[in-house]
Amino acid sequence: MLLLALDTATPAVTVALHDGTSVLAASSQVDARRHGELLLPAVDRVLAEAGLRLDAVTGIVAGVGPGPYTGLRVGLMTADTFGLALGVPVHGLCTLDGLAYAADGSIADGPFVVATDARRKEVYWAQYADSRTRVTEPAVDRPGDLDIGGLPAVGAGALLYPDTFPDARGPEHVSAAALAALAAERLAAGEELEAPRPLYLRRPDAQVPKNYKVVTPK
Amino acid sequence: MTDEPLVLGIETSCDETGVGIVRGTTLLADAIASSVDEHARFGGVVPEVASRAHLEAMVPTIDRALKEAGVSARDLDGIAVTAGPGLAGALLVGVSAAKAYAYALGKPLYGVNHLASHICVDQLEHGALPEPTMALLVSGGHSSLLLSSDITSDVRPMGATIDDAAGEAFDKIARVLNLGFPGGPVIDRYAKEGDPRSIAFPRGLTGPRDAAYDFSFSGLKTSVARWIEAKRAAGEDVPVRDVAASFQEAVVDVLTRKAVRACRDEGVEHLMIGGGVAANSRLRVLAQERCEAAGIRLRVPRPKLCTDNGAMVAALGAEMVARGRAASDWDLSADSSLPVTDPHVPGRLRSHSHDHVHEVAKGNLYS
Ligand SMILES: [Zn+2]
Repeated sequence: MLLLALDTATPAVTVALHDGTSVLAASSQVDARRHGELLLPAVDRVLAEAGLRLDAVTGIVAGVGPGPYTGLRVGLMTADTFGLALGVPVHGLCTLDGLAYAADGSIADGPFVVATDARRKEVYWAQYADSRTRVTEPAVDRPGDLDIGGLPAVGAGALLYPDTFPDARGPEHVSAAALAALAAERLAAGEELEAPRPLYLRRPDAQVPKNYKVVTPK
Repeated sequence: MTDEPLVLGIETSCDETGVGIVRGTTLLADAIASSVDEHARFGGVVPEVASRAHLEAMVPTIDRALKEAGVSARDLDGIAVTAGPGLAGALLVGVSAAKAYAYALGKPLYGVNHLASHICVDQLEHGALPEPTMALLVSGGHSSLLLSSDITSDVRPMGATIDDAAGEAFDKIARVLNLGFPGGPVIDRYAKEGDPRSIAFPRGLTGPRDAAYDFSFSGLKTSVARWIEAKRAAGEDVPVRDVAASFQEAVVDVLTRKAVRACRDEGVEHLMIGGGVAANSRLRVLAQERCEAAGIRLRVPRPKLCTDNGAMVAALGAEMVARGRAASDWDLSADSSLPVTDPHVPGRLRSHSHDHVHEVAKGNLYS
């Protein structure tokens, strides 16, 4: 097994190679505005560090969000197209699950919450029984509308809103290394992973901007 | 001519997911998935709806293009993609796909200009572009007059709209007449049964002191809308066919007049017309008449090649390969306002890391 995992659903552009036992190489950069520019060079760097070529990969793992759409699509489109070119399966994993898995160790065995920044003063979040078990569907809400009953919480969304998440901790961002390890574990256990389709959770802003379609530079 | 470059092109600057494959100037495949129906109820393209549709359509459309062309991905000589101008989020989906595809296949990547692609597509219809060529690009997104002496390196803006694009005016008037979206084809159809001289709508920017090659359609749009509203307010029937014909005549009169004048002033003997509005039947007829009278050769690709498509991107990519232009880097970004003077986005001067990236890529697959 050689998995290439990537996630662009949060400000982190993160890539990792996993051989089924351990992470061979990984790269994470936090830059919410340059997902499109950073991802491919990061893939190239990670492969070079492991001394491998992309055609050695046996599967792609992509974080499906939830996340702000534009960045999220960079990772999913890249994963889809790698899958097409290489003829290997593309697996989707909830980005929040990756963060929960990465929280193993920083959080005791009990229940906790994962929250990422959904912008517009909202968070994407879900509740977990432990670092491998999600118990609610991912959702997007205003922190003020949430009552998580004082549970510990991880992720940038939790760290941003201490009133809602008084026991917020790291990790702040998802890592592809965690995502790859979780995927490897589930695949080894014979589980089907989900399809690599985006979790937008919001409907598109269906307004035609003024001067829509005008692309000619003035 | 199997030594001509085999290039796959990806276009996602607006609402069409286009994947085309060409060998040199020969069209092999032109696969399109359009989200236009999803936008119709909003009366215009909704960027987020378009971007979501691109993500879903991309892989099936690439697949379809390869089957249509009967070629294998490993035989491609390069992958071209629209880097701009266009809707930022929509462009980024195509750029992400093109980069991943090129990288995985170990092929060079060419980020190209959407407007230059609209011009270059005519090579697939009428053979190598004459140099120089004057190009009139008219669509819902563009109204530009461009002069090119080499489509891979030299595109000079002569004029452009100072307000709305020509196609936008068609959409707006169709909306006022309750004819639906997009407006171009339906106005064309009604205009055929109307009298283009029945209503004298204004010709924007055609005064002696106005910019010779710039366009303005905003005043025309307002004037047509007011005319219709006045009729309705008076309780009279709106003569839809005559309005459509007279409005359309005002648009194509200005477009062709200015394009022919630019050719004459610059001593250019070839005019090409591209973009969605180039499918307009009256524009084609009037342009032909005026070009003939002025001794100018007119080239207009078939309608399917005039609207946004992947074949035009592939056509320009193939020209980049044929002329040995530098490939783009792996950190190529979508540039929603890529200047028309940049026909493509070449890689930066070779730094150490650049060489490294390309070396790794070259050895990636099938080498
Ligand atoms: Zn266009």
